[in-house]
Amino acid sequence: MRYIVISNNQTIPVAEIPVLAYGDFFELNTGLVAGHPERHCVNYFGYPVGEKIKLFCCIADDNTHQILISSCLVGRSDELAAFSGKVLSFEKFEREIHENFGITFSGHPWLKPVRYPCNRADQSQEIANYPFWKIDSEELHEVGVGPIHAGIIEPGHFRFICNGEQILHLEIQLGFQHRGVEPLFLEKKKLLQRTILAESIAGDTVVGHTVAFAQLWESLCGFKPVEDIDFARTLALELERIAIHTGDLSAVCTDIAYQLGSAVFGRLRTPIINYMQEWGGNRLGKGLVRPGRNQFPFTRTLADRLREVLDLYEPDFEEMNHKLFRLPSALSRFERTGTVSYEDLLSIGAVGMAARMNNLNRDIRASHPYAFYPALKHEPVVKHHGDVYSRVQIRKEEIRQSIGYIREMIGHVPAIAGSGKLNEEPRPDSFTLSLVEGWRGEICHCAMTGPTGELVLYKVKDPSFHNWLALALAVRNNEISDFPICNKSFNLSYCGHDL
Amino acid sequence: MLSLILIVLAAFFFTGIIIRTKSMASGRKGPGILQPIKDVVRLFRKGAVYSETTSFIFQIAPTIYFSSIVMAMLVIPFGQSKGVISFNGDFIFFAYVLALGKFFSIIAALDTGSSFQGMGASREALFSMFAEPAFFILMGSLALLTGHTSFYEIFTELHLGSYVSYAIALLAAFVLVMLAMIENSRMPIDDPKTHLELTMIHEVMVLDHSGFDLGLILTAGYLKFAIYGALVVNLFTGVVAYEYAIPLFFFIQFLMAVSVGLIESFIARFRMSHNAQFIVVLTSVSLLIFFGVLLISGKFL
Repeated sequence: MRYIVISNNQTIPVAEIPVLAYGDFFELNTGLVAGHPERHCVNYFGYPVGEKIKLFCCIADDNTHQILISSCLVGRSDELAAFSGKVLSFEKFEREIHENFGITFSGHPWLKPVRYPCNRADQSQEIANYPFWKIDSEELHEVGVGPIHAGIIEPGHFRFICNGEQILHLEIQLGFQHRGVEPLFLEKKKLLQRTILAESIAGDTVVGHTVAFAQLWESLCGFKPVEDIDFARTLALELERIAIHTGDLSAVCTDIAYQLGSAVFGRLRTPIINYMQEWGGNRLGKGLVRPGRNQFPFTRTLADRLREVLDLYEPDFEEMNHKLFRLPSALSRFERTGTVSYEDLLSIGAVGMAARMNNLNRDIRASHPYAFYPALKHEPVVKHHGDVYSRVQIRKEEIRQSIGYIREMIGHVPAIAGSGKLNEEPRPDSFTLSLVEGWRGEICHCAMTGPTGELVLYKVKDPSFHNWLALALAVRNNEISDFPICNKSFNLSYCGHDL
Repeated sequence: MLSLILIVLAAFFFTGIIIRTKSMASGRKGPGILQPIKDVVRLFRKGAVYSETTSFIFQIAPTIYFSSIVMAMLVIPFGQSKGVISFNGDFIFFAYVLALGKFFSIIAALDTGSSFQGMGASREALFSMFAEPAFFILMGSLALLTGHTSFYEIFTELHLGSYVSYAIALLAAFVLVMLAMIENSRMPIDDPKTHLELTMIHEVMVLDHSGFDLGLILTAGYLKFAIYGALVVNLFTGVVAYEYAIPLFFFIQFLMAVSVGLIESFIARFRMSHNAQFIVVLTSVSLLIFFGVLLISGKFL
């Protein structure tokens, strides 16, 4: 076997992952992905073993619901043929490996630093003196935006090269928000500390990241979550999706200066997050998900309350949709703005909503179902134009879909089972991968344990990791004044990317 | 003199009414009507901060901008009473003294060296340039109709006698309201509420101004709206007695503010590239007025 096949949230001994020579490793992984839109790389990272680096590549196959893992041992000063020379979607991973370990990839289009981690290989590279891509021209002009955001959300720098009002090129510079999440997972020894860390990876995907961590930890400890735990997690994920999507619809309306939509969707988000507080004590879902236990069991009383909340939410939501999606001035801002082609999405490895906006059907809920999703038989919402309109439509339809799932689920609230005790120590020398579809898209957490069962590696991949590039492609040839609406329609995470 | 007092009074409430209308339309209570004025008073008590990259242009521009608006205000008549200044061709003076103020705010924006402000300045210059023919064709047609070239004489001579002249007055009111929206950077051309520099026009040009200077610019903006409102009122109050004309003045100003508020609440703003088309359409409406005038005065065939 040249690779090992696992399913989502399955723990395997590290020794079972085949170690290949780099030539075979290259052929295998690029061969798996090239020409197969149903397969994509969910994580590709390095792990230092003595003086050498062990590369792990995890390819997810959406049709067979499997994840194919292989590895390879290389030296730090080796110059390797870049995967991205053959399949571009590996470019971000290779940049990260290059930045962390100094491995050079020949044939890589642009080994631009990803996020300037503290333990990067080349300490002379600093975010302050990064040389931006330039065009030497009398006619064109550059516009630099950030790192301080106009609405003071999160820091990121955007460098536009424009011809008058038209954007020719956008370079996105991130890393200002780097906190060292991955090393902190190894540093913090208590499970609670780690859970809280997972909650803080991206403030708008608290449930998504925490579920990924919880599933991964339970799998490492050999704990099988009982039905009510899975039930509560799925419900929380869908509620988070509704809340954030509604908030995004409001923000998109704000950006096109449509006050009514902005006010109504903004108001509609509140009862949903308030319900999260009623259930788990926090509006963003912090503290709700804990590995190995059902911290806040979902009772029948809560189900009745949720039904009431949704009954009030739905009519207003539909009425506002009816207005927004029929308003000529709004549609003229949405349609054919910020288009990304299917080919581009495929080549950059876009995931989640950003992929589904143009026929690229990637949804972990359907392709690698976890928790309660196998029972729901999820059908992803896929749109076909790749513009702002498609992204807004996806939000609208996913909210409806999530409401449907929630109504279906709360019809049969499972009894609270006395859950088994979670083993304190993870299994030694093991590897686990957990995939979760957050509201933004695929979240991938990987972990590896050492001989005594302590964590030796923790890798986090937020969907924003790939999708930022989709934004840079979307705004090309658009007007610079349409950048804010493109950006908001993607609503990518800065801290999820910077870690 | 009367017009001056009325315009200043209207300016006190105008922006407040717009904001209040928008708040109520979105289901909120909103700030008091006088809040914009309170903001300005607060700003007037502050000092200004100047960037080290700017020159004296940046410092004098707000004052020149403000005084250009005040100058323009002086030539506006009201009904039977003249403006403080009135002479033949004063509507040309009106347009270009406003343009002078705008010129200074544009070069002040360029003076900061910020790429945002440069973009804003270029947009503002472009849109004003497109708006200019609409104003001159409109006023020129009215001058042709009445045979006079000062605001006071044009408006006192403007009798609404036939259906055609009613149509002309309505079209003229439409053009003036739209020009007021463009000149004041309101929706659907510009979004005064946005925080996104990349989509701003006027707001981005004044980003670097602070304290007293910003207060001047905001006050100038409030006055400008009231000035255009007064022009619209003048179309209808040429020979009306004061006891009706003055309430009518405030009613029309109020109506204009409420409709601006409603427009801003229920539609999205235009895509930047559609703005130019929209403004050019105003010129064609003005041309329509011109042909109407030619028809009435029998100069056409």
